[in-house]
Amino acid sequence: MPIQVLMPALSPTMEKGNLAKWHKKEGDAVKSGDVIAEIETDKATMEVEAVDEGTLGRILIPEGTADVAVNTPIAMILGEGEDAAALKDGGGTARQQKAAESAPPAKAEQPAQQVNRAPAPPPAAPAPPQVQALPEAGIPEGTEMVTMTVREALRDAMAEEMRRDSDVFVMGEEVAEYQGAYKVTQGLLQEFGARRVIDTPITEHGFTGLGVGAAMAGLKPIVEFMTFNFAMQAMDHLINSAAKTRYMSGGQMGASIVFRGPNGPASRVAAQHSQDYSSWYSHIPGLKVVAPYSAADAKGLLKSAIRDPNPVIFLENEILYGHSFPVPKLDDFLVPIGKAKIVQAGTDVTIVAWSMGMTYALKAAEELAKDNIHAEVIDLRTLKPMDLETIIESVKKTGRIVTVEEGWRQSGVGAEIAAGVTEQAFDWLDAPITRVTGKDVPMPYAANLEKLALPSVAEVVAAAKAVCYR
Amino acid sequence: MAVASNKPAAQPAAARRVSVEPVAEATVPEFTKEQELQVYRRMLLIRRFEEKAGQLYGMGLIGGFCHLYIGQEAVVVGMQLALKEGDEVITGYRDHGHILACGMDPKGVMAELTGRQHGYSKGKGGSMHMFSVEKGFYGGHGIVGAQVPLGTGLAFANRYRGNDNVSLTYFGDGAANQGQVYESFNMAKLWKLPVIYVIENNQYGMGTSIARASATINLSQRGRSFDIPGEQVDGMDVRAVKAAGDRAVKWCRDGNGPIILEMLTYRYRGHSMSDPAKYRPKEEVDKVRTEHDPIEQVRGRLLSKGFANEDALKKIDAEVRALVNEAAEFATHDAEPDPAELYTDVYK
Repeated sequence: MPIQVLMPALSPTMEKGNLAKWHKKEGDAVKSGDVIAEIETDKATMEVEAVDEGTLGRILIPEGTADVAVNTPIAMILGEGEDAAALKDGGGTARQQKAAESAPPAKAEQPAQQVNRAPAPPPAAPAPPQVQALPEAGIPEGTEMVTMTVREALRDAMAEEMRRDSDVFVMGEEVAEYQGAYKVTQGLLQEFGARRVIDTPITEHGFTGLGVGAAMAGLKPIVEFMTFNFAMQAMDHLINSAAKTRYMSGGQMGASIVFRGPNGPASRVAAQHSQDYSSWYSHIPGLKVVAPYSAADAKGLLKSAIRDPNPVIFLENEILYGHSFPVPKLDDFLVPIGKAKIVQAGTDVTIVAWSMGMTYALKAAEELAKDNIHAEVIDLRTLKPMDLETIIESVKKTGRIVTVEEGWRQSGVGAEIAAGVTEQAFDWLDAPITRVTGKDVPMPYAANLEKLALPSVAEVVAAAKAVCYR
Repeated sequence: MAVASNKPAAQPAAARRVSVEPVAEATVPEFTKEQELQVYRRMLLIRRFEEKAGQLYGMGLIGGFCHLYIGQEAVVVGMQLALKEGDEVITGYRDHGHILACGMDPKGVMAELTGRQHGYSKGKGGSMHMFSVEKGFYGGHGIVGAQVPLGTGLAFANRYRGNDNVSLTYFGDGAANQGQVYESFNMAKLWKLPVIYVIENNQYGMGTSIARASATINLSQRGRSFDIPGEQVDGMDVRAVKAAGDRAVKWCRDGNGPIILEMLTYRYRGHSMSDPAKYRPKEEVDKVRTEHDPIEQVRGRLLSKGFANEDALKKIDAEVRALVNEAAEFATHDAEPDPAELYTDVYK
């Protein structure tokens, strides 16, 4: 029976790729381990090796085809004694081929990759609904909006600030020659050179301390963590060295430094690589903590973070990197740290989220609208200092609030919001404050369990209905 | 005492076996009269300051942790002579000596120890957290070993800016076993950063002798895996310290990257004020004090070479004592920080 060769995935979050080249043509003999084709994404090129022996019977996807979905049959291999007639129904046994990445990442695990131009829905989270965001204050009317991914917006923010201030540099694992483990620093090495775009060894504790030391000397480092999971190795420098020095020195000396990288659950990477640190950092005086959702906010807030004289923890999200949003085309677009944004106005219930949590919140708001429940959705954007005022004002209008976060429930950011609302708007509440959070377990690997461990749109909808007594 | 000296070091009773290549007399350059007098005064200031701090601690005027530098004075005083303006100094929690050696005002230092408003950190830092960017002193860090990557970062900034400044990064024999030290060594050598790692080996990490804590006790060789050169220095002889400092500074300024100086030294007091130092025999301390005291060595040379007589030295002693008393007076009469200061300096 002919064997189907399927389009392989480079990573858990890859949805599609380009079939760049066929190394074999129809009729060629194929041995196990032969490279038969090359596929590429915006991040990497990968060789497709044959697993089975036989003859390349038919090429189903010609080379040069873009956006081939993962698991699409791309060729048929005929076994011994089979001939092309066996292919006439296009049947066969599907067989995923082995993929060998041409440039493996430094860490043992493969950082998941996101297809840049195609913000496909990630497996465990809903697609961003097409919500008409309320206009950002400070954007002049008639400003042209360009669509770009969060990834591109972050890169542009860094590039703009590096052009503006020669004290700004970026360092981290794979930020230079590899162009970023998640391609966020793509092109920076080419523009700014190796002096300002610095590949570090895999040594989080050391390079974080080194970055803080450079900041104490007056430079403005952007330290990229491949993911914030690895920043736990550097926690002492983030808190004891970066956050506390200004206070301990009586204001004499501080650190203008940004620590950025993907935070929060990724996809199918299990407990050690899938965790939300929002509440950890937002606990610490001396740190500012930013967690944007949209590309515009990612750009404007990162620029503000780089200029900020204080240490800023900038929490990005791997799944959002590939999502596209309109971004104002302005020479110097800044979003102030510490200001939440009402993304969707509503009257019946306030939903507060940030970063990836916004995807659940916005989708839920859409669902709720079908039942005539008009949710006001607030994107917190900055976790510390927290814009409680915007939340309180909203709650005074709606009388109900649901918080959404991927992090754990106990001592989470939602708990902090709940306490603040209770203290300042108790008399306006018509229902208990309700939190939708990640479940109180380490992140499981299995797809179904992972989905259960995360918040869901259905949970947000149910929570909103419950506080509306519907 | 396990320090290199003019003669091979005698081994004290404690289970220490620091193998020291004795520094030949000829390789320790003599100081001029002016230099001897200068280091005498500077070391004495640290000694008297620390004795006073110990006294104020006993009176309850200084709180928390207080780690005295007595016995190690030659290290910072000697190294400081090798520096120029613009070089940076950073160290751990036993920092009073470094602070004074950098030229910071004893009044501000003592007032920080007593937690008063005119302390260097407005009373918010305390003994372990003082800074003076103006004097090139970058702290004062309380977590063992944390200053090593920070100091490496200071060197990184020098290299980034293309100046010829050198970062003097001090840490102790205890910190030498922290992982981040080796992460720093790796990056410093990889990027040829101008940093001198000064390991102040005072033989004890808190109450644990180096032999009980370290698989290899020649700390000057801890950079070998990274091809960082190192040498052991008699940290009780200020002349040997300065000579080593001069060599190391030149190495860094010439663009060769990092270098390690292991200063063989000794602290007379306990780890902190609450440490009775029962882990070492009293005789061990006495032997160092009588045979290797860094200040007595200078004093002996001043007298024997006729650079100063007893009266001249007494005059210096009195001047130093007056300076320290003035600092103590200031620090005990200065006001506590205004309550409003609680909320300042968290963010800029």
